[in-house]
Amino acid sequence: MTDADPVRLYRTVRLIRRFEERAVELVHGGQIVGGIHPYLGQEGIAAGVCAALGADDVLAGTHRGHGHVLARGADPARMLAELCGRVTGLNAGRGGSMHAADLSIGVLGANAIVGASGAIITGAVWAHRRRGRDTVGVSFFGDGAVNEGMLLEAFNLAALWRVPVLFVCENNGYATTMPVAGAVAGSIAGRAAAFDIPAVQVDGQDPETVRVAASAAVDRMRAGGGPELIEARTYRFDAHHTFEHAVRLDYRPPDEVSRARARDPVRIQGERLTDTDRAAVDAEVEAILDAAVRFALNSPEPDPADALTYLYASGLTARTGGG
Amino acid sequence: MPRLSYRRALTRALADELARDEAVFLLGEDVQVGASLVTTGLAKRFGTDRIRDTPLSEQAFTSFATGAALAGLRPVIEFQIPSLLFLVFEQIVNHAHKFPLMTGGQCSVPVTYLVPGSGSRTGWAGQHSDHPYSLFAHVGVVTVVPATPADAYGLLVTAIRHDDPVVVFAPAGAMDLREDVDDLTPVPLGRGRIHRFGDDVTVVAIGHLVHDALAVAEELADQVSVEVFDPRTLYPFDIDGLTESVARTGRLVVLDDGNRSCGMAAEIIASVVERVRLLAPPRRVTRPDGAVLPFAPALDRAVQPGRDQLATAIHLTMKDGS
Repeated sequence: MTDADPVRLYRTVRLIRRFEERAVELVHGGQIVGGIHPYLGQEGIAAGVCAALGADDVLAGTHRGHGHVLARGADPARMLAELCGRVTGLNAGRGGSMHAADLSIGVLGANAIVGASGAIITGAVWAHRRRGRDTVGVSFFGDGAVNEGMLLEAFNLAALWRVPVLFVCENNGYATTMPVAGAVAGSIAGRAAAFDIPAVQVDGQDPETVRVAASAAVDRMRAGGGPELIEARTYRFDAHHTFEHAVRLDYRPPDEVSRARARDPVRIQGERLTDTDRAAVDAEVEAILDAAVRFALNSPEPDPADALTYLYASGLTARTGGG
Repeated sequence: MPRLSYRRALTRALADELARDEAVFLLGEDVQVGASLVTTGLAKRFGTDRIRDTPLSEQAFTSFATGAALAGLRPVIEFQIPSLLFLVFEQIVNHAHKFPLMTGGQCSVPVTYLVPGSGSRTGWAGQHSDHPYSLFAHVGVVTVVPATPADAYGLLVTAIRHDDPVVVFAPAGAMDLREDVDDLTPVPLGRGRIHRFGDDVTVVAIGHLVHDALAVAEELADQVSVEVFDPRTLYPFDIDGLTESVARTGRLVVLDDGNRSCGMAAEIIASVVERVRLLAPPRRVTRPDGAVLPFAPALDRAVQPGRDQLATAIHLTMKDGS
């Protein structure tokens, strides 16, 4: 099941990297309103984990979720259109950056409530398994989420009911501006150990290392094991969100940032390719994103009269607020 | 004509839906043994895979149900204490309710949250006696408060078949009611029921208070002709049905076991006066602002809206409008 092709793994990290860079440009240009939480620097985790998944598997992510959705195979053009609030977006312009979802490929959505993905994915995988499918699930969350009760409750449920969920902690060192050392008593792996959930720590900056760890976990889970946890050590190259520079928050030592940037997942994976292969992928990704930007910016904006379309799946309509 | 209790009507609705649709399953605390007496016998009949006991993890199992619903199942969660809804408000409102819109219509989240024994059971004090239906109506989650056994059956069945999240509040004060029932059928959402016709004043009563309103209406029958309107669902609300009633009577009193400020009674009154010119100012009988139910039985009862208060409100409304 695992896709071990180094070229495809590079393609995914490169795609996420350039998507994020183009999206940041669009924020600064005013075409994306409201800001985004860039995944820059963390691409290796989404790429490595998703390379270990099969077609029936499901995942849910976080407010820093572009990488998870793209690595799973969502259309970058529709994803960018979503960030731009266009009707052609994955969520028809109703979700935006923090809620991008593509249920057709098992992406139950980015989620802006920290730690929310764990229980949702556990329920979804349990439901699929009850119907005889071989589904496994991935719950992505940051280091801040390991202090959320809801996530720890989800660890317990998944372990107790042996639901194959891979809990992936993207430990980028900071929960917004709060350093891990100031927030996490004990350890992240220790949280899992308390529930008898096997846990490993990996270098999240190396996409191949992440892929190998995730593949091993997914294989064990599919063979009947319960949940597992991967703590992927990483670093976000940029701010918590695109608004941060404007408010000039100062909480990370500059030399820490530059040291972390030296371990760039795109470069690390790229060095495993021939120059020719790498150049070909880079050109392909560039063309995809050029087209994505054109598609997004040329797509229509939603009709204000339809602001509450989709509020109810049952077709119930809401009373209007005016008059 | 078979007699059916309100509690047994809920059990019957669960059993019928579990039997009808494989996608339906039930989860909650102590549901296998049936600690609420509502799920009695279901685990034996349907198995512990479909009647699942959960650890005390309300937030996780509420979102677990959301995930299961996203994957095509129709979960029913039983909460045995109404105040637990405060714990899982986030999971219901921020996730289950918002997913269809936020995903641009990619999904539905058909979860039913069943709260048997909502409101005061007398003597259960501050953290077991809330009746927080107005919170869910406010955020736009379908909110149901049946008053009779037949409606409890019919509305719970409809809730389980509904494609959006639904909270079903079964008031503690109604759980032991019995009635003769010939025919059990689904009851549509958003359609009220007039339990008693009258000409002088419309009393809107919610849940178990419908029976108090009917008793008061009988007591006052030689003085005033009271119509008793039971909305049955608070969201969506049958404003057309109520408007029609109040347009006939010209007077409105609301009896609501919620807190006064920003409560259901306020919403009902506002919605009616937007449409109808009344003969007298409307009145509401509710719990006090910000009420927390005290333990001692006399104090507990003092905080709940009562029949005397309703009778007084009806008299004052008649006097104001005469």
